[in-house]
Amino acid sequence: MAKIQINDKKIEVKDGLTILESADIAGINIPTLCHVKGGKPRGACRVCVVEVEGARNLQASCSTPIKDGMVIKTNTRRVRKARQTVVELILSEHDGDCKTCDRNNDCELQELARELSISNIRYEGSKTKRRIDDSTPALIRDSGKCIKCGRCVTVCSEIQSVGSIFQQHRGFATVVGPAFDKNLEDVVCVQCGQCAAICPVGAIIEKTHIDYVWDALDNPKKYVVVQTAPAIRAALGECFGNPPGTLVTGKMTTALRLLGFDSIFDTNFAADLTIMEEGTELLTRLKKAIVDKKNVALPMFTSCSPAWIKFAEHFYPDMLDNISTCKSPQQMFGAVAKTYFAKKINKDPKDIVVVSVMPCTAKKYEAQRPEMNDSGEKDVDYVLTTRELAKMIKQAGIDFNILSDSEMDSPLGLSSGAADIFANTGGVMEAAVRTAYEIVTGKPLPLNNLHIEPIAGLQGVKKASLKIEETLSEWSFLKGVELKVAVAHGLGNARKILDAIKENKENFHFVEIMSCPGGCIGGGGQPRFTTDDVRLKRIQAIYKEDEGKKLRKSHENPDIIKLYEEFLGKPLGEKSHHLLHTEYTQRCKA
Amino acid sequence: MPSLEKNHCSEEMSEEQLLIELDKILDDYIGKPGALIPVLQIAQRMFGYLPDASLKLISKRLDKPYSEVAGVVSFYSFFSTVPRGKYLVRVCLGTACYVRGGKEVLEALKNELNIDVGETTEDKIFSLDIGRCFGACGLAPVIMINDDVHQRVKPAKVYDILNTYRLKEEKSEVKK
Ligand code: SF4
Ligand code: SF4
Ligand code: SF4
Ligand code: FES
Repeated sequence: MAKIQINDKKIEVKDGLTILESADIAGINIPTLCHVKGGKPRGACRVCVVEVEGARNLQASCSTPIKDGMVIKTNTRRVRKARQTVVELILSEHDGDCKTCDRNNDCELQELARELSISNIRYEGSKTKRRIDDSTPALIRDSGKCIKCGRCVTVCSEIQSVGSIFQQHRGFATVVGPAFDKNLEDVVCVQCGQCAAICPVGAIIEKTHIDYVWDALDNPKKYVVVQTAPAIRAALGECFGNPPGTLVTGKMTTALRLLGFDSIFDTNFAADLTIMEEGTELLTRLKKAIVDKKNVALPMFTSCSPAWIKFAEHFYPDMLDNISTCKSPQQMFGAVAKTYFAKKINKDPKDIVVVSVMPCTAKKYEAQRPEMNDSGEKDVDYVLTTRELAKMIKQAGIDFNILSDSEMDSPLGLSSGAADIFANTGGVMEAAVRTAYEIVTGKPLPLNNLHIEPIAGLQGVKKASLKIEETLSEWSFLKGVELKVAVAHGLGNARKILDAIKENKENFHFVEIMSCPGGCIGGGGQPRFTTDDVRLKRIQAIYKEDEGKKLRKSHENPDIIKLYEEFLGKPLGEKSHHLLHTEYTQRCKA
Repeated sequence: MPSLEKNHCSEEMSEEQLLIELDKILDDYIGKPGALIPVLQIAQRMFGYLPDASLKLISKRLDKPYSEVAGVVSFYSFFSTVPRGKYLVRVCLGTACYVRGGKEVLEALKNELNIDVGETTEDKIFSLDIGRCFGACGLAPVIMINDDVHQRVKPAKVYDILNTYRLKEEKSEVKK
């Protein structure tokens, strides 16, 4: 332990912490630009400088470790001047116009300039060269606005272990981007959008579908349905000034109705459907392995997260057979909306437009994958991020916070609590186990409040096992089997568990992988800025939504039961196979 | 450490063979910190430049993102990702050379070689680059061809200078 003083606060902190981390503990705010919590300190921007007694130069607090007896001042005149200079220099190169920028009012550089009261830029430098890269379906990169802080590099290589982008060239000519100034489309990028979520400025943003959606809504010939992913309801409120963890399901539904959508449906409905298909698929695989002694790919991996799918296609092509063939809930929804629902309302699927609201940029990529058209049309037409939906609500002049609650529409709007928790890391696993366990044993999962505690929370890789004692006669082959499961979130963590499985160091029956830290609640399309604190609050809100429902298990959803009775037949049946399942493609590694 | 000076035989080795060779050399560098730059130097010496396949191999074997490898390559002008010719022609555009007609010499070279700065002739004999001051300002404008310094170069003389190298090449071809 080290005794230090920051401003007038004396505290004792663990050895090895940085000044920035210690200040955080002391509740003292130091502005940062390049630093990413949990990543290696870069010491690149020098916005975080502080004065350390006895040191001649100002120190970058994010990369300077504390020493016993250190006296630190975070807010002297000298510090303020230095920060001002740094920000002025950045602004002098920055090629952006706040008024028309996607990040207007949501920009860390803008906020910093405001906090430091910068009224005049004393330096006249050349502007950073502008090059727009809109080659991928989900993201747009604008090098002119990039301040070269390197946060996206940290996230992409250290947290996601993808490594699409890096600093190229040097000095003023430095650009942050793919190798040899290639377009993002021409290198490996999984479209997770974690770079866009962490970028302090408007240099990486989602490719917006807002205008397409307005066009569809204004077209009287089109029947426009909307689905909202489980994670939206726990985050959308933040865009309207509510604290993280505010649940806004009812207000969101009302807002969607005011925007003019013809039917307000729920991706959660499709999440329940996913559990029916994926749970059955898991049990079928287990049966093949244990009873028929056939060579089947186990463990089975979940398939809801499109960036994870792309990651596997690039980096683990030999494990593609292990991924559940289930489409993600977004795509299942689209396929059902343009068949089952189209018939119900007697519409040509050509006249139905399916809009999704997703916490995720990779969902934009997923929706345009060429195989995602089993309904005969493009199953999902447009994908909005949570942030884009908030923008539409603002564009429409809707005062979100005073809206009253309303309910989603039938028949694709009803969902169980199991579907809600799809938003959280560990949630798809828990939802699947709730149903699979009950199918096999005829009894509900014997756990407190149906939660599998060891796989909840923010630890990177989580494991649990569950012994199946009694079974229904049909499943007697599972009697005494210890079901082993694992959960990873963030692709760097996914890589760890995948390598361990590949090297036979670990074995499991079922593994859940979500691309983004925290799961969908921490997706690349969620309101900025997502810290672990924010993640935990959203996770709690989602569990609250689950626990507040009478319906907690996917297989008990009456509208799902009806969908099978009236249309699909049975899980993994012929129709399901055609509409709800898919296949994967091997892709290059670099 | 295996011998780096494979250069003398590299002309007889195809790029595929060189890649296999590089793959073997990389065995010694796996997991070593700071290996990237030495390895890139070795590869450049082997191939004469850094072909994309070599960078992908290095990225894979050292477990570094391709973007990071490219970032390092583009940081140092020493590294080249286009094949270099046998003779590297560098034109000084320092102040003295510039005022005394370095620019015109460069234009003449571009015309004569039919390539742009940073490019290599089709027969792989000449590459063209711009240099910083070679320390011969009194004799400006100056060009360097590999280690030979040519002084007071006039655009009209460019053809003759290049020709001496071309002739050398032809002779060595005949000898073979
Ligand atoms: S990135 Fe920020 S500072 Fe730059 S133009 Fe956009 S809002 Fe303004
Ligand atoms: S979208 Fe994901 S994989 Fe692509 S550059 Fe951004 S962080 Fe990297
Ligand atoms: S794109 Fe954004 S996060 Fe990446 S270096 Fe530029 S400003 Fe920083
Ligand atoms: S935040 Fe410390 S140097 Fe950028």
